[in-house]
Amino acid sequence: MSAVADTHGHGPAHDDHGGHGHHGPYGGFMRWVTTTNHKDIGTMYLWFAGSMFFIGGMMALAIRLELFHPGLQFLNPDFYNELVTSHGLIMIFGAIMPAFVGFANWQIPMMIGAPDMAFARLNNWSFWLLPFAATLLILAYFMPGGAPGAGWTLYAPLTVQQGIGMDFTIFAVHILGMSSILGSINIITTILNMRAPGMTLMRMPLFVWTWLITAYLLVAAMPVLAGAVTMTLTDRHFGTTFFNAAGGGDPVLYQHIFWFFGHPEVYIIALPAFGVISQVIPAFSRKPLFGYASMVYATSAIAILSFIVWAHHMYTVGMPVTGQLFFMYATTLIAVPTGVKVFNWVATMWKGSLSFETPMLFAIGFLILFTLGGFTGLVLSLVPIDIQLHDTYYVVAHFHYVMVAGAMFSAFAGIYFWLPKWTGRMYNETLGQWHFWLTLVFFNMIFFVQHFLGMAGMPRRIPDYPLMFETWNQVSSIGAFGFALAQFIFLYNLFTTLSRGQPAAQKQWEGADSIDWTHLPTPAPYHTFETPPVIK
Amino acid sequence: MKGSKVVLALAGFAGLAASGAAHALEWYFQTPGSTLARDIDHLHQYVMWLIIVIFVAVFGAMFWACYAHRKSRGHAAEQFHENTTVEILWTVIPAIILVVIAWPVTKVVIAQKDTSAPDITIKVTGYQWKWGYDYIKGEGEGISFVSMLSTPREQIEGKAPKGEHYLLEVDNELVVPIGKKIRVITTAADVIHSWWVPAFGAKQDAIPGFLRDLWFRPEVTGTFRSQCVELCGKEHGFMPIVVRVVSEQDYAKWVGDFKKAAASAADDPNKKWDAKELAARGEKVYAANCVACHQANGRGNPPAFPPLAGSKIVTGAKAGHIDMVLNGKPNTAMQPFGKQLSDTDIAAVITHERSSWGNNAGMVQPAEVKARRK
Repeated sequence: MSAVADTHGHGPAHDDHGGHGHHGPYGGFMRWVTTTNHKDIGTMYLWFAGSMFFIGGMMALAIRLELFHPGLQFLNPDFYNELVTSHGLIMIFGAIMPAFVGFANWQIPMMIGAPDMAFARLNNWSFWLLPFAATLLILAYFMPGGAPGAGWTLYAPLTVQQGIGMDFTIFAVHILGMSSILGSINIITTILNMRAPGMTLMRMPLFVWTWLITAYLLVAAMPVLAGAVTMTLTDRHFGTTFFNAAGGGDPVLYQHIFWFFGHPEVYIIALPAFGVISQVIPAFSRKPLFGYASMVYATSAIAILSFIVWAHHMYTVGMPVTGQLFFMYATTLIAVPTGVKVFNWVATMWKGSLSFETPMLFAIGFLILFTLGGFTGLVLSLVPIDIQLHDTYYVVAHFHYVMVAGAMFSAFAGIYFWLPKWTGRMYNETLGQWHFWLTLVFFNMIFFVQHFLGMAGMPRRIPDYPLMFETWNQVSSIGAFGFALAQFIFLYNLFTTLSRGQPAAQKQWEGADSIDWTHLPTPAPYHTFETPPVIK
Repeated sequence: MKGSKVVLALAGFAGLAASGAAHALEWYFQTPGSTLARDIDHLHQYVMWLIIVIFVAVFGAMFWACYAHRKSRGHAAEQFHENTTVEILWTVIPAIILVVIAWPVTKVVIAQKDTSAPDITIKVTGYQWKWGYDYIKGEGEGISFVSMLSTPREQIEGKAPKGEHYLLEVDNELVVPIGKKIRVITTAADVIHSWWVPAFGAKQDAIPGFLRDLWFRPEVTGTFRSQCVELCGKEHGFMPIVVRVVSEQDYAKWVGDFKKAAASAADDPNKKWDAKELAARGEKVYAANCVACHQANGRGNPPAFPPLAGSKIVTGAKAGHIDMVLNGKPNTAMQPFGKQLSDTDIAAVITHERSSWGNNAGMVQPAEVKARRK
């Protein structure tokens, strides 16, 4: 993606507008610090997400290494808990969310025919908040008492016992939330105000729609998380007792607030992933997306429902039976719009003219495995079964099907899909296919067996386990190391593409029909659509 | 198409997992020991079969398209992109399936929540990191004990071979009679824990400052093992739950024996101990209650778990040391031991701490502990 930096501004579009300094006043490092260009910022988001993905991945490997055998071999239980906590926070807030914001930055202006994001400087600030937040998260490890070991959900009152690293994490969450909210305001404003003439809302590519809805979810949910961690902060240091029964508070209150953020957060991650898939599947089926309008309505329905289902994460706290039933019914309802989406994707493929390049493979992998994660979600939404499975490895398996096979597969589909347009260079297809198949096989090796562990009774977040769980844990750990190795194929492919990939065509994918492919040269010039295109 | 084999394998796995034959392979629910657990098992199988059928139908269609509608076979793309009838059907049919699922599930939810009219009520208290059991109503009323991991540290650290019930064994098992409705009230002393016995389908978070409850009616005798399932700090993986279900006669005998043993084991609070004898007893109390944080060498794991060797409190005035053990330190893992340990045990552990690892601060008698209790 840095190849964009080397080639930008030299395309024909640039010459048409010649004259004003598109590079900005700075070169080198200061260019990236001061840039207000949506493509530069998108690139930075993606590099940042990639780095965090590798840091979070190393943590996961350490966890899987410890779990290869029963007994404590490498990590003490405190450090184990710290890794479990940071792995979750870094992967969710550092890797997945910024990756999709990176896609949004690159693609939204190009897909709606806008020259840039609405608030260009705010965009720069939204990104540059992230490295500071990540630094705080990592610095927590070097504080007395280490990073917090309370799990990424940061449940009270365990958080009150943590060292100063907990405060670092709280401030990191504040900064991450600020970044997300600013970015979302920017995305909403851009989509609502900067569409090219003729680009009506119902003509926007579905990726843009999913991001519009996601941005609203972020604006609504992130302040709630900020509130929850701020209450934790004041409980820790300023004598409040929000979550302490001895002072009239309630530890379960924290969980209600957290999950009121936490469930929309699941869809904040999933909806843009749906968006990417909705671009990729029609392109490789050479056929328009089936049920465009119902996709938009289904996405909105999921977003609205996501605010009334939060307590399904808390069936075991001891709610009244009416509460359990309400949250169970509301949660199962989400299966309806999600089902509509899956059916629409399959119907898009039906009677198309299919080809299976790497983006399509990842999209199909997403479709199958995300649906599997959705089905285990349905199983978990049913109160009695959830009570049996809550806080076991079944849940770990479930949300990794949603987060890894869902969001991450979708992110890979997006990268392989758009990389030619962004860089003007084509990745190596053979390596891309190897990357997909190995990722698919090792992913299932890690996580499919964790369903069995959970059903057989293995709790999550334990550094050591009874002997009967050993076999599946070994399978899972071997899968984890295979999975990690497979990602180096991706890295190698990425770097060789950037340095010496074959030139890509303007419309590299035959079936791609959004205006970034049809109206813009490849690689996309540094500034695009300075004069809005007219969409007929 | 390589992908279709993967899906078949996945569906096969799921199918095996849903069949009863899988029990012995540790990849399915533990054998149910109560009606509730059996209901959960049945519901799970019912839902799993529905899911497998839908999964195979949807992805069967997708893989058929992958096979038959490939560009490489020369299939030309049709350009249809909506069909109102089909779209309404695949919105309405899943909604109907959900109702079909929700109906039997709702009945189990209501049954699971009905904790009324129990035969025996037991209060379970989660501590970092052990469980306290108090029989508060029914046969055995008044029995009270603490249950903690009995797997030796050497096994955990790999210095000794691991036993059959590694991490699933405790010093004092919870004993209940077969066929009786047992109501368990959960609470916690420090952070949130969660009490779970999979064989009974019984799980309930233990929340500090609040009481919650669950019930089960064991239908087979035997020993049922599980672990704390809510992250509760450092030793979260090391606080098992073991329930022994016995016949009614054996239960009555156990209650009688327990009460007799408790009466005879009670220490004379006014007995004067000599320092060596008390420190030797204290070493055992220390190993059971303190060693996880403060370590066998007394050096702890600062700053969360401070060292006791050379500590100001341990080598300082007795009153400060006694108060710390009795009352704990708020917002840390140092819990109040006053309610868990007898005066003699507290005096013993304090004496042990004050005379070990180079500390030399004199002994404490049980009477002194008694005097500091408020």
